[in-house]
Order: sequence, then C-alpha cells, then structure tokens
Amino acid sequence: MKLVFEKSVPGRRAVQPGPSDVPTTINIKSDLLRRRPAELPELSELDVVRHFTELSRRNFGVDSNFYPLGSCTMKYNPKVAERIAAYPGFAHLHPLLPQLRMGGMLTQGALRVLYETDLLLREITGMAGFTMQPSAGAHGELTGMMIMAAYHRDKGYKKTTILIPDSAHGTNPASAAIAGYKVASIPTNEKGVMDINALRQSLNDDVAGLMLTCPNTLGLFEPQIKQICDLIHSVDGLAYYDGANLNAIVGKARPGDFGFDIVHLNLHKTFATPHGGGGPGAGPVGVKEKLLPFLPVSIVVKRNDGTYALEYDHPKSVGYIAPFYGNFAVILRAYVYILMLGKEGLRRVAENAVLNANYVKEKLKGHYELAFDSVCKHECVFSPTKQILDNGIHAIDIAKALIDKGFHPPTVYFPAIVKEALMIEPTETESKETLDAFINAMIEIAESAKTTPDKLKSAPTTTPVCRPDEVAAVKNLNIASLTS
Amino acid sequence: MPFISNTPDQQEQMLADIGMTMDELFADILPELMCKSFNLPGGLSEQQVRNHLAELAGKNSIHLACFLGGGFYDHFIPAAVYSLISRSEFYTAYTPYQPELSQGTLQAIYEYQSAICRLTEMEVSNASLYDGGTALYEAMMMALRITDRNKIIIDDSVNPIYRVMIHSYTRNLQIELEQIHCTDGLPDRRQILRKIDDKTAAVILQNPNFFGCIDDFSDIAEAAHAKRALLIVSCYPISLGILKTPGAMEADIVTGEGQSLGMPMSFGGPYLGFMASKKQYVRKMPGRIVGETTDRLGQRAYVLTLQAREQHIRRGKATSNICSNEALCALTALVYLSLLGKEGLKETAQRCADKASYAYNRLTAIPGVKPHFKNRWFFNEFVLDLPSEAADVIAKLIERGFAAGFPLSRYYDGMKNSILICVTEKRTKQQIGMLAEALESVL
Repeated sequence: MKLVFEKSVPGRRAVQPGPSDVPTTINIKSDLLRRRPAELPELSELDVVRHFTELSRRNFGVDSNFYPLGSCTMKYNPKVAERIAAYPGFAHLHPLLPQLRMGGMLTQGALRVLYETDLLLREITGMAGFTMQPSAGAHGELTGMMIMAAYHRDKGYKKTTILIPDSAHGTNPASAAIAGYKVASIPTNEKGVMDINALRQSLNDDVAGLMLTCPNTLGLFEPQIKQICDLIHSVDGLAYYDGANLNAIVGKARPGDFGFDIVHLNLHKTFATPHGGGGPGAGPVGVKEKLLPFLPVSIVVKRNDGTYALEYDHPKSVGYIAPFYGNFAVILRAYVYILMLGKEGLRRVAENAVLNANYVKEKLKGHYELAFDSVCKHECVFSPTKQILDNGIHAIDIAKALIDKGFHPPTVYFPAIVKEALMIEPTETESKETLDAFINAMIEIAESAKTTPDKLKSAPTTTPVCRPDEVAAVKNLNIASLTS
Repeated sequence: MPFISNTPDQQEQMLADIGMTMDELFADILPELMCKSFNLPGGLSEQQVRNHLAELAGKNSIHLACFLGGGFYDHFIPAAVYSLISRSEFYTAYTPYQPELSQGTLQAIYEYQSAICRLTEMEVSNASLYDGGTALYEAMMMALRITDRNKIIIDDSVNPIYRVMIHSYTRNLQIELEQIHCTDGLPDRRQILRKIDDKTAAVILQNPNFFGCIDDFSDIAEAAHAKRALLIVSCYPISLGILKTPGAMEADIVTGEGQSLGMPMSFGGPYLGFMASKKQYVRKMPGRIVGETTDRLGQRAYVLTLQAREQHIRRGKATSNICSNEALCALTALVYLSLLGKEGLKETAQRCADKASYAYNRLTAIPGVKPHFKNRWFFNEFVLDLPSEAADVIAKLIERGFAAGFPLSRYYDGMKNSILICVTEKRTKQQIGMLAEALESVL
C-alpha cells in the first residue's frame, strides 16, 4: 500500500481556511522564516478518508475479535465512554483555566470528575490518596519511585536498591533505573511465585523498596504476599504494587490490605479505557497515609463549601510530573466505567476474568505444556509441547497460525522465565462461545503442528503481509520518508 | 452485569466443566486478605451515567472566548480527524506486537514519524512520548547518554511548566542544571556562551519561547557544537508552518507538544510528546520506533524496530521506561497534517500570526497598555504590560466572557502586570475587537 505522501497531487487541497477577516501581512523578518513549506501531502478530504480507512482495515482491535494478549487486559471498551469524552464541556476545556484567579469555578465539573475518581480508586485499592497525573503504567512506576526517594530522603535514609522479581514487566527495572536506583532481581521458585528465601537474603539497609506485580505475569497470586510486604517493611523499605494485573482481584482483594505502600493502576487495562494502538493510557498512583505529603502537585481538593479546587503548596511533594492533571479524557472514561459497573459489577469483573482464564487453561492443558499447573488468576501461560517443538514449531508459529483462524495471538516469549511462552489473558468480557472457538483453534493448531508442521511455518496467509523481516529492518534502517 | 457476556447459567456450566466452584478459583487468596472494605455505589445505567456526566460537563465554562495559550492551544479541528481516529480498528488495538495484524497502526506511525521529520527538518523521529514536558525531559536524558556528560543549560524562556517537570525528574540524579535568565524576551547569548563548557551535555531552548518571541538559534548551535555539546529545541508544531525549523538551526534533538495538531484541549490530556533528532543519535532515542522492511513475498511492510533500546528487552539498561505511549494521538496528528497538507499548514500558521499581529495592534492602542518587550518578532503570542495587576484584570474579563490570557507573575518575578495573550486562527476579528473594548473598560 502506498504511503500518504506517495498519493500527493500538487495543488490538491482538503481543509481550506477561507478568507481572512484581518489584514494579511508578512510581519516576521524573513530570516526567521522557513525556506520552503514542509513536504506534507496534498490531498482531497476524500483521499485522506480513503487512505486512513484502508489503513484501519489492515488493523485488528478488540472490536474485530478476541484479543487475548497476556498482561494487557484487552477487554471491551464501552462506547458510551467515547461519547462522554467527546462532550464539548470536557473536550474544549483549557487546562490553564483553573490556574487563573476565580478560574477554578469555571471547571467545577472536571475537577469533580478527578476528585471522585480519586475517591473511587482509594476504595477499590485500599489506599489513602491518588495522583491522577501519570500518563501510563510506566509513568506511574517512575512517579512511585520518585515518591519512594522523596520519602527516604525526608527520613534521612540513604537507600540505593530496588528489589524486583525476575518475572516482572521490563518497565519495572527500567523505571527504577531511570529514577536513579540500582536494581536487584529476585528469582521465581518452582511453584511460579517469589522465592521468599532469596528475598530474605537480599534484604539489607540499602533496600529502598520492592516492586511487585500480583497476580504475577504467570497469572499466579503470591500466597505469601503479606509476609513479603512485612519483610520489606522490616528494613524500612516500601512495597510498590504494579497494578497491571489488578483485573484478576478487583472487588475481591485490595493491595492496600496486603500491606503495599504505593500502587499504580493501568486505567487502560482494568478500567476499560481503549488502548489506542499503544496509548494514550493513564497510570494513577495511590499511596498510604504516610506518603500523602509526597504526591505530585497539583492536588484536587473539596472545600467545605462543596466546591473543588487545586492545591499546590505541598512542600514535601515530588513536584510536577505532568503538565496538568493527567490524561483527563482517559480518566473520565474510567470514571464512567466504574460508575456503570458499581460495587457488584466490579466484583463480577474479577470472577469472570478468572473463570475465563481457568476455563481456557483447563481446556488446553492436554494440548500444550502448562508452565505452572495450579489455579490461575486472570491469565495462564503455556508452552508448545516437546513433540511440537521437536517438529520445529515454535510459539511464534502458533501465534501466526492463530491469525489465520481470526484471532489475535496471545503474548509470546514473555515472561522470559518460561521458554517459548504463550501468555493468554481472555478477560471477563468474552463469551463462552468465543472462548470455545479459540480453544478449538488452538487444539487444531497443536494437531497440525504434529501432522503438517510446514503449513504452520507459512502462516499467516490471510493478512496483507506475512512475517516481515525484522532483522533487515534494523540492518537497512528506514524509519522515515524524508522526500516525496 | 454490564459488559460481561456470559449469563449466570453459562458461568455455572463453565465451572462445572472445569470441576471448580467460584470460591475455589479464589482459594489462593487467603480469607484474611480479602477486601476489608468495598463501599462503592451501585451501578448506573447508560442513560443515568450520560445524564450525570452531561450535568458535570455543563459545569465547565467552555464559552469564554479563548486567548489562553501557554503551550496548549485552541486550534480548529476538521471533522474528518475525529471520524477517522474513531475507527475502532485503530483505537481498540494495542501496541503493534504482531505486525501482520497491525499494518494499519505501523504504517500510520511510520508516516507520522516522516511527517514530524518533514515538519522539523530533522532526520529521525520516534513513535511518540506522553506530552511536550516529558518529551523535553527524555531529550535531556538522551543528551546525557549521548555525551556522557552531566551539565544541562536551560533558558528560562522555556515553558515554565516543562522546567518545573525537569526539575522534579532530576532531583535524584547527579545532574548540574543551570538556568539562564533571558533578557528582553530572548536567550541571553553572552551568558549561555560563557556557560557552555566541556562538561555541558546540552543547551535547552524553545522557539517560539514561552513569551511568544521567535528567534534563530543557529549561533547557539554552533557554540554548543564547538564544545561537543548538543542543542535541544522545544517547538510549537503549528508555528513550523512558517517559521525557520530547528533542523535548519542545526538542532540535535527537537521535541514539542503535539496537542495543537488536531487534539482537543481536554483539560490537560491526552496530549502528544513528539521527538526528532539527527540520525546519528537514533540508537540513544527513547520510545517505540517503526521501520520499513519487506515481508516473505518481498512486499513493503512495517515493524517495530531498534527494540534493543527498549525496556521489554533491555530492562534496567533501556533508554527509557516508556511502554504505552500516545499512539492514537500520533495518528491524530498525522490525520490532521494530511488534511491541512502543505499549503494548509502554512496558511494556518500565517493566519495565527496575522490575527495575533492584528490583536497586538488593537490592544497596544489602548491607553496604558504597552508591549513588554520592544521590537521583538512574535508568532501568535505576545506579552503586554497592563496598568494594574494582570491576574485581577483577567478575573474581571472572565466575567465579561473572555479567557483573556495568562498572568506571567505565576512563573516570573517582576512581571506582576504582564499578561501573555494568545491568538489562534479560530479567533475572529470581532472577538478581538470585543476583547479590546472589554479590556479598555476594566482598566
């Protein structure tokens, strides 16, 4: 398919501004101006619409079909939330308005959304207060590390190290490192959960804290979660909960009750906001009482007269981590979702997410190698059987074969502690019929892997392209078309 | 239950099928770890939630004539932008890990990267960062990695919102952050050139700067390069419709806030951080990058590339921790730029400058209202000195239906009476005239 630039026809126009109502003057000194216009495409509106419609047809979303990408919680994104985010009263609101004198009164509706989402998330997680500012999960992690550092500095501690299990998402060690910490890895034991003895041996006064995803990336709940938090506290460290997998326990259990001090949530996972092809998301961070003074500014507060306002004067705060109040339109969608589900609805989320994952796990057990055979939470991790691997078929081939059967593949080759991992997260919004169809497809693929492995090697055959050469992409690097 | 497909009967059937009860599925969470409290309200219907949110939306004042800018702008957004980015194949997808199912997102990001390069006259771009502030922070971190030095020089005409963010992010790092006070609206060459030394990783500047003044940083680029330091420029993408590009000034890394490229203001986000650089630095860049390649049949195809820089491969040694970025916002910017096209972007930028110039002449004709900087070229924002405190005047103008501007005293000492006024192509001659009348009447 042609690039948008390759479709350009000199002189063709889409949007035109119409005549100006003020005089047109060249009012800027010429050596401050660009020499030639930016080489943007020259197209009609119809050309542009056709181009992007064609691109959209080369894409696959949750609305297309089942998208069991492990650790990404690809649940259905309610349409009503899109509609509400586009309300002019939210979409056209300038973020600097509440920073003007008397300006807070101009944005009471938006401030109330932020304030109430904070309250709802507190109750959902058992934390004392949230900042809504982080734009994504990893941004929340960095914010959490900054809060940790500010707390320890305030206490006069000199702590240098963050402990992270080897099953963690790559963002955890990356966030700790860019916040200025050293990272020490804690191994996973034979049951797929944290090796507590290894944790004990890693504890010392340098330990600032621990980052933990629970359930972990194997879909397993840490049975000794409370002891893990207690151990970290015993060296004055803080326990950080990565909420990437909160969907498994929402409404059932709360990280705050386990003993975690800092929590981030991925609103684009548990709270059903769209993933956008890779963002925008939102990664609010919640903390326990003793860490409230360190939250980023501004803070949304409710005054005695019932109005909402922004506070900035928090001397111990880590400061500003975002231009404004977070990805407001994403937070708004999550607020809508939480209000619609309510108490009962949210409990059913975890139950059905866990039921769907265990259903898939049990049905595929004889056909694929289960990494850890125990009750899972929101996701399960398989590998191809020895027989499949001996036939030269790998996780990537199974993924590509699934595409031809109309499904998005699971996450592959992660977590790295499982060889040839296929990480399946069905989510609660999928029906039994869809799961059965997926299970059948997976079983058929396992059979083909034994009988006709060559066929799988040529998959997918139903997509516009087949197995693009990633090595060549790096070798012959071409990451922008600079001239038409 | 909302958005759960399986009926209670089906749930029972599935449980029976796997020989488990719901309690058994949660038996791995000890009873004492179950929720100590879960006092949430009952659920609302779609109709109820829409009524509730329509009421809250109604409590936000969006009918003020907007002369507020400060890096975040009220530009016109063509209807086709929203139609196209609302296609669910785009917005309900995730990071394009499976290229065969994601050629739409991947090609769009490649085209976005190309558009950003063409706009800034740089060689490479990444797939997006969160916003203009975090993009500038990431550029600073990138410069530290490239040069293996630890001193950063930043001009105080760089958006103060970005500067306070950089300050927060660097508190735990061993970085020497030197802030230079600008003189008369432009970076102080004498000071900056004197401060650039063998420890300097980068000089950070903005064009147009926070006061709206425009400049050519070629001389500073040359001075920085002479000491093997880099020049980082934060810019306003609409202005690049007419202004000299950071690429033409020999900047090494360019960032900016992409909100003006088709995104509504949405009370602070989601926005779009863009980043471009010289090609030689691409392996030190943060974030996703899409590259062109061929598939098995030799067809053109797009994939995520240079992933060895990223957190999911390099973990603690990655160039950044970023994973989810702002892909849909990057798509928005690309659709917007495609609709405006080569001539449309130029015309939009010129229209902004024309209207700002008209407003400047109208407003400075009011007795007691004076330009803060004399003889400075500006794009679509400018600073005026009022006879009394700007914050007061702005509050009075709110009552008359204007978001008249931003009081600079919030971030700058000695600018109590100064107001930053922004005029986009959306403002009409009539609105500008009414603002002038209202301002005159409240002074």
